[in-house]
Amino acid sequence: MTTDERFAASFDEMRQQRLDGIRNEPVVGPVSDWATDFSHLEPAWADDPYPIQDDLRQRCPIAHTGRFGGGWLPTRYDDVAAIAYDTDHFSSRAIIMSNFRPPPELAPVGGSPPISSDPPFHHDARKLLLPAFTRNAVGRLEPAARAYCHEVIDSFGDRTEVDAAIEYAQHIPVRVIAEMLGFPPEDAPRFREFIESALEGVNAPPDERVAKFGALFDYLLHQIRDHVDNPRDDLTTYLINVELYGNKLDAWHVAGTMGLLLIAGIDTTWSAIGASLWHLAGNPADRRRLVSDPALLPTAMEEFLRAYAPVTMARLVKQDMHWRGVDMKADDWILLSFPAANRDGGQFERAGEVVIDREVNRHIAFGLGIHRCIGSHLARMELRVALEVWLQRIPEFSLADPEAVRWAPGQVRGPRTVPVHVGE
Amino acid sequence: MKVRIDSERCQGHGRCYDLAPAVFGEDEEGYGVVLHDGLVPADAEALAQRAAANCPESAIVVEASE
Repeated sequence: MTTDERFAASFDEMRQQRLDGIRNEPVVGPVSDWATDFSHLEPAWADDPYPIQDDLRQRCPIAHTGRFGGGWLPTRYDDVAAIAYDTDHFSSRAIIMSNFRPPPELAPVGGSPPISSDPPFHHDARKLLLPAFTRNAVGRLEPAARAYCHEVIDSFGDRTEVDAAIEYAQHIPVRVIAEMLGFPPEDAPRFREFIESALEGVNAPPDERVAKFGALFDYLLHQIRDHVDNPRDDLTTYLINVELYGNKLDAWHVAGTMGLLLIAGIDTTWSAIGASLWHLAGNPADRRRLVSDPALLPTAMEEFLRAYAPVTMARLVKQDMHWRGVDMKADDWILLSFPAANRDGGQFERAGEVVIDREVNRHIAFGLGIHRCIGSHLARMELRVALEVWLQRIPEFSLADPEAVRWAPGQVRGPRTVPVHVGE
Repeated sequence: MKVRIDSERCQGHGRCYDLAPAVFGEDEEGYGVVLHDGLVPADAEALAQRAAANCPESAIVVEASE
C-alpha cells in the first residue's frame, strides 16, 4: 500500500490542526416578523418563500435577523448583484448561514475552496477546476446521463404513480457526480445524508453538527486513500496530484473541494429537475406546449431556473459599515438570495409568473461575478437531458397529491417529494 | 454588426455560445470568445442580439458596423 502523508486517518486527527470558530445558540421557532427575525430554516419559508420575499422587497428590502448570530437578507436584484460583485466588503469565508462562523484565519482559502475562497487565492483555486466543467467537457457525459434517465424510467414499469423527485430527479445528479469523483454509485444514500446534514441541519446542536461533518470528511478521506492506492481518471485523483504554486494541495483543500463538488453538485440539480417537473405536473398548458414543441425546452428551462432558482448563497461582512441604509457589523451574515433577485419586478417583467417562452432572461440562478457556479454547464446539461427524456417517455402526468409535495428548507430549495400520476 | 466580449466582466456563464453558436465560442476554461473577429454573419444578427440580452454579466457589447 502506498502512503501519502498529507492525509490523516480521520477527521478528528485533521481537526487538531485547526483553530475553532465562533458558535452561537441556535434560535428556532416561528418567525415573528420577516423584516426583523427572518429564518430560511423555518417551514413557512420552505413551503413558499416568494410572498415573503415580495413583501420584504416592498417594505424592507434589506431584512434583518438576530438568529444565526445576526444577518441580513437583501431582496432586490440590485442589492444582491452589488454584494455578489463586492469581494472587498463581503467575504466568502463561510457560505452556509448557520450558527458557526469559521475563524478569520481561514480566509482567503475557506473550508471548501474555491466557493469559500476570497481573492486573490480564489482565482487560482478555481482555475484548477474550470477545464473539467466547461460545456465541452460536460458534453462528454451527456450520452451516459441520457441512458441513465431512460434506465430509471424503464424501472417504473407500468406503474401509474411515481415520485418525480425521489425516484427520478435525485438519481441523475447523484450518478453523474459519483462518476466524476470516482465514488461508488451504491454510496448514494450516504451522499443524501451528508447533504441533508450540511444544508438542512444547520440548527442542530453543535456536537451533532461536528459529528456529521466528521462523517462526511471521514468518507472523503476513505475515498482519498483508495485513490492514492488506485489512481484513476477522475476528479479525486486529479485533486490529489494537481499542483498550485508549485506544491500539491494540502489535505483540507483536497477534501474540502471534494466535499463541495459532492454537496453542491447533487441537491442543487436535483432541486432544479424536481421543481421543473413539479411545475409541469401542475401546469398542463405548459407541459403540452413543451411536449409538442421540444425546441422550446432550452428557453423554458431558463425560465424554470429563474422562477425556481434553487440556490441561495451566504457571505460574511468584513468590517462594520453603513451599507445602503443599514448598519452592518463585522461577521454579520448576508443571505444572498438569487431566488429573491430573480423575482424582482424592477428587473424582470411579469416577475412572479412563469413565462416559458421568455426570450430575454438575464436571471442569476447561478450567481454573478467571480463565484459564478462552476457546475452551471453540468447542471444545465443534466436538467435539459432529464426533462427531455421525461417528456418523451411520460408526456402525460399530473400531481397525484399536491398537498404531499414537500420542499427542502435552507439554502438549497427544491421539492423533496413530488408524487405524480402517470397517464391521462 | 460586430460584437465583442468584455473579458473583465465575462464569468463563463456561456449563455452567448449556447444561444448564438455561430457568433460565440468557449475557451478552454469556459469563458466566451467571439468567432470571426466578432463579425456577425447577417443571418445570425438576431441571435447575437438575443445572446447579448441574456448575458447575466452584461459582458457583450454589440456595435453596428460602419
